[in-house]
Amino acid sequence: MRLATAANEAYTASLAVSELLGCKQCGGGRDQDEELGIRIPRPLGHGPSRFIPEKEILQVGSEDAQMHALFADSFAALGRLDNITLVMVFHPQYLESFLKTQHYLLQMDGPLPLHYRHYIGIMAAARHQCSYLVNLHVNDFLHVGGDPKWLNGLENAPQKLQNLGELNKVLAHRPWLITKEHIEGLLKAEEHSWSLAELVHAVVLLTHYHSLASFTFGCGISPEIHCDGGHTFRPPSVSNYCICDITNGNHNVDEMQVNSAGNVSVSDSFFEVEALMEKMKQLQECRDEEEASQEEMASRFEIEKRESMFVFSPDDEEVTPARDVSRHFEDTSYGYKDFSRHGMHVPTFRVQDYCWEDHGYSLVNRLYPDVGQLIDEKFHIAYNLTYNTMAMHKDVDTSMLRRAIWNYIHCMFGIRYDDYDYGEINQLLDRSFKVYIKTIVCTPEKVTKRMYDSFWRQFKHSEKVHVNLLLIEARMQAELLYALRAITRYMT
Amino acid sequence: MEKMSRVSTALGGNVLTGRTMHCHLDAPANAISVCRDAAQVVVAGRSIFKIYSIEDEQFVEKLNLRVGRKPSLNLSCADVVWHQMDENLLATAATNGVVVTWNLGRPSRNKQDQLFTEHKRTVNKVCFHPAEAHMLLSGSQDGFMKCFDLRRKDSVSTFSGQSESVRDVQFSIRDYFTFASTFENGNVQLWDIRRPDRCERMFTAHNGPVFCCDWHPEDRGWLATGGRDKMVKVWDVTTPRAREVHCVQTIASVARVKWRPECRHHLATCSMMVDHNIYVWDVRRPFVPAAMFEEHRDVTTGIAWRHPHDPSFLLSGSKDSTLCQHLFRDASQPVERANPEGLCYGLFGDLAFAAKESLVASESGRKPYAGDRRHPIFFKRKLDPAEPFAGLASSALSVFETEAGGSCMSWFVDTARRYALAGRPLAELCDHNAKVARELGRNQVAQTWTMLRIIYCSPGLVPSTNLNHSVGKGSSCGLPLINSFNLKEMAPGLGSETRLDRSKGDTRSDTVLLDSSATLITNEDNEETEGSDVPADYLLGDVEGDDEELYLLDPDHTHPEEPEYVLPQEAFPLRHEIVDTPPGPEHLQDKADSPHVSGSEADAVSLAPVDSSFSLISVSHTLYDNRLPPDFFSALVRDMLRFYAEQGDVQMAVSVLIVLGERVRKDIDEQAQEHWYTSYIDLLQRFRLWNVSNEVVKLSTSRAISCLNQASTSLHVNCSHCKRPMSGRGWVCGRCHRCASMCAVCHHVVKGLFVWCQGCSHGGHLQHIMKWLEGSSHCPAGCGHLCEYS
Repeated sequence: MRLATAANEAYTASLAVSELLGCKQCGGGRDQDEELGIRIPRPLGHGPSRFIPEKEILQVGSEDAQMHALFADSFAALGRLDNITLVMVFHPQYLESFLKTQHYLLQMDGPLPLHYRHYIGIMAAARHQCSYLVNLHVNDFLHVGGDPKWLNGLENAPQKLQNLGELNKVLAHRPWLITKEHIEGLLKAEEHSWSLAELVHAVVLLTHYHSLASFTFGCGISPEIHCDGGHTFRPPSVSNYCICDITNGNHNVDEMQVNSAGNVSVSDSFFEVEALMEKMKQLQECRDEEEASQEEMASRFEIEKRESMFVFSPDDEEVTPARDVSRHFEDTSYGYKDFSRHGMHVPTFRVQDYCWEDHGYSLVNRLYPDVGQLIDEKFHIAYNLTYNTMAMHKDVDTSMLRRAIWNYIHCMFGIRYDDYDYGEINQLLDRSFKVYIKTIVCTPEKVTKRMYDSFWRQFKHSEKVHVNLLLIEARMQAELLYALRAITRYMT
Repeated sequence: MEKMSRVSTALGGNVLTGRTMHCHLDAPANAISVCRDAAQVVVAGRSIFKIYSIEDEQFVEKLNLRVGRKPSLNLSCADVVWHQMDENLLATAATNGVVVTWNLGRPSRNKQDQLFTEHKRTVNKVCFHPAEAHMLLSGSQDGFMKCFDLRRKDSVSTFSGQSESVRDVQFSIRDYFTFASTFENGNVQLWDIRRPDRCERMFTAHNGPVFCCDWHPEDRGWLATGGRDKMVKVWDVTTPRAREVHCVQTIASVARVKWRPECRHHLATCSMMVDHNIYVWDVRRPFVPAAMFEEHRDVTTGIAWRHPHDPSFLLSGSKDSTLCQHLFRDASQPVERANPEGLCYGLFGDLAFAAKESLVASESGRKPYAGDRRHPIFFKRKLDPAEPFAGLASSALSVFETEAGGSCMSWFVDTARRYALAGRPLAELCDHNAKVARELGRNQVAQTWTMLRIIYCSPGLVPSTNLNHSVGKGSSCGLPLINSFNLKEMAPGLGSETRLDRSKGDTRSDTVLLDSSATLITNEDNEETEGSDVPADYLLGDVEGDDEELYLLDPDHTHPEEPEYVLPQEAFPLRHEIVDTPPGPEHLQDKADSPHVSGSEADAVSLAPVDSSFSLISVSHTLYDNRLPPDFFSALVRDMLRFYAEQGDVQMAVSVLIVLGERVRKDIDEQAQEHWYTSYIDLLQRFRLWNVSNEVVKLSTSRAISCLNQASTSLHVNCSHCKRPMSGRGWVCGRCHRCASMCAVCHHVVKGLFVWCQGCSHGGHLQHIMKWLEGSSHCPAGCGHLCEYS
């Protein structure tokens, strides 16, 4: 007879990191009750997301069978039910694919050792100062036997991982600058060189965590209770908690003022939806009639691309990254906004010459079997996901809107679809929505609740999460396309 | 690369001549198509659209169809096709969804004829009807196929695939009304051009997108498809259900497939990514391509046979901006480079080995053997004159039989089970393992263990029984793997020079054994006696006088009839001197040291200077005094481990490696260690010694090995009712909504530790089953199976 444990893995949330308690930024809050010597953490914040009211989010225990199975999977794979899962479960079909992919990337057979995978996750998340993901993976990293010294900064990690830092940086902020020289530098570095399979694994991990960081900020995911900034030891009566505890270093103080912006009159936003639907209908009808000239089409793309550079949130103040996260990146100054301010030209990448379905997939699946398939499924689900609803309307064909969002994001990365009329984007996406997209995709750490609230005011939260899924998948595909194209060029 | 060979073929008055050649294009090509007269080829790409004429020596640019200053997306071609009836008619598919036709007969510079802007997405493929002058078909990313009549301004009919993007459309060459379309989701649909409402047939051909298809030019109903799943499949669609006739597995996703004219089973393929070569496959021989063209430096995007009745000219366009003409005669044939060799184990451990005759024959010096043949096998392949590789494929087959008893690996299994690898002090482990080896009659191994104990532990405590080692018996204990095979020639009539003498094989391997052990010993001796004046005959640099003593002690073990064996063998048992040592206090000493003996041998030695007088090494030679660190021997031990590993006894190598741990690990390079570990683990698993293999994995210090235990640790459970895999929770089946894992004792659902019998697959709560089986030996479910719990 043989023993088997059936899905009852112990909840082993390592508390290694949460030993560093209290607020480090302000140095306060260490006067905990030490009567019994036991400090009982209480959750800070309200629910899994700071943007979405707790009551809108599915409560654990009230889920249907499919969601329950997903939760069980997630719990079995991660040993926890994290806030990302709780928010993504708005879209169970996607969540299933997402969890499967993430599980495969982190835990199943692959060219990289386990602690490398988590460390790369930390590196990628730290690029966007996403302390939520960093904390999660610091725990996991230590859990799988990673060397705690590495966490003191990239310079303490092996040379091999340090070499990856440059790629991480470029990939996160300006993927179009990746050249085959980058790849060559990684693959031919004497004893620190990467193998092609390892590199593809690393690239997939990097892009996955860049885009997951976007999601985390885009949906305002709250810190986990066992992580830094996710709990407090102060008794509930203490009300004047430190602000940096809750914002977790993101410094979005204007959270307090959100309500004023969020409560724009309902009638206004009602017309917003109506107008959008009207536009979609118009576009559908008149598409065949007036055919824009070739030059017109080309210039529309260029305009959209250029404009996307200048779409920016009004409060563009300098953000100083939280200390514990910043140690993972070498120069914080290297960000997206650098080039956009200076009006750097983004070269055009034609998707008809190098697309995910034909080229990217083949390359990934060759070097890291099965992952190509998983990611391909995930892209498909994200792109095709629809409930045929828009706010209060039912039976709406949203494919046009979804395509516009997807192509707008690719457009920001300079990726062009020959068969798309970029004029549609201007018709369908209004300014506040563009600001939100742009911020999430390029500088997710700057997203505020005000931005989240101010686009598509009449839409449901689940729809906003849906938008986020589109955003992160489109971003991941864009980064992957650039990285894989460079690898292909290196190989030929 | 400019080969000067020329080929000319007479084709009904037309003579095709040419050579392998290439020309540089200005930009990457996406597709090519050949004119009916086989003298012109059109190349289309994102920024190129030109017609070249194919001359004898070179390609000559004839016409540039990209006119006008402004770049237009209408000219960014994804596909191009030349009408096979009308030399003036071409059609292109643009990436922005426009289908353009071109009339070369127009007098103006701009040859553009018609523009169809009906597709909303990129058009992937256009195709002219093979017999109709005005019928054009297109397939697009938006999932629609459209049929155009060139005499009208818009499409005649639209076919909706009801699924994802269309990747290829092809009119059947034989059936007037039929066309095939392939889709991104892996489906292939067959349509009747007269019925746009629904497809005639649909079947799933590939896993993932089907990039291309091609109808066989002669066989009605044969359709070749190529997909992202790296397969080329040939379907017979004449039967009610589409039947897969052939399947070729390539190394990269298949971008194009084209049947070779006049060769019924040949087709050419090129790939979408990674692989730049063009292959011509014989579909009956799906493993090795019949021919290979390696001219391109980037992926090939278009291939076309130059003439529909000439099999020797292939044209190709590529992303590396070249247009090539390949001559079949100049193709490289991978089969020539391959060494067709096969190796297979039989049910009873026999080993069959097939190799090219020429290879086997080259090993000369073998005498024909006519000894006993247990199972004579006469092997002669009937040659098929139509076979493409006839002549290359003839091979010699040898069958090696295992000797009765030689195949018995019980010693291996016993050793694996009984060896102690950890958990005790080094000295005890060595003694234990030596004892095990001795009991199994493997004296050489036993001696090795004893020696290791002496080297690495404080000296003393070698039980006198150790000294009664058989000298010369080693020939029987030896290394069984060496002797286990007898070569038996099994290819009568395939050339007598390939035969191997059985007895010769025997003596040979024996000699090998002897030789290698002898050389090993010599090596060891050399190292040992370096700097000393002792004759290099004996291990451990022991004195000569011991030699005689040895014979005195073990006179009955010397084999006078094997005098040449004695010399190397006697080098091992030299423990007799220790008889002199007082065993009592020594024993105590050893015990006292044992808790921290692992890692502190040096300390132990220095703590007890008295030991030096008992040290085997220092008895006769003050050169090796008590300060001699164990490190001194590490080179020797390393060689010893290598020796065992090379002899095929990885068991010994790995066991010693584990037992000695840090002491030797640093001396042996990581890769070798890893290699030994994996070989040993593999062997253990073949003998189903799962526990032992797991223990070895656990004890291994190599990172790559220890992570084996962490890989694929998930256990998949199927529902006991509907037999479907259980997903999600382990206890309720998602499909039939029944609780699958019921405890056979308490009839409740088991949610925690579930234990089940592998015989009858009943089980339940761990506690319950344990309790039940204490009282009864039958299965609690009442199935009558005698369950065991261990």
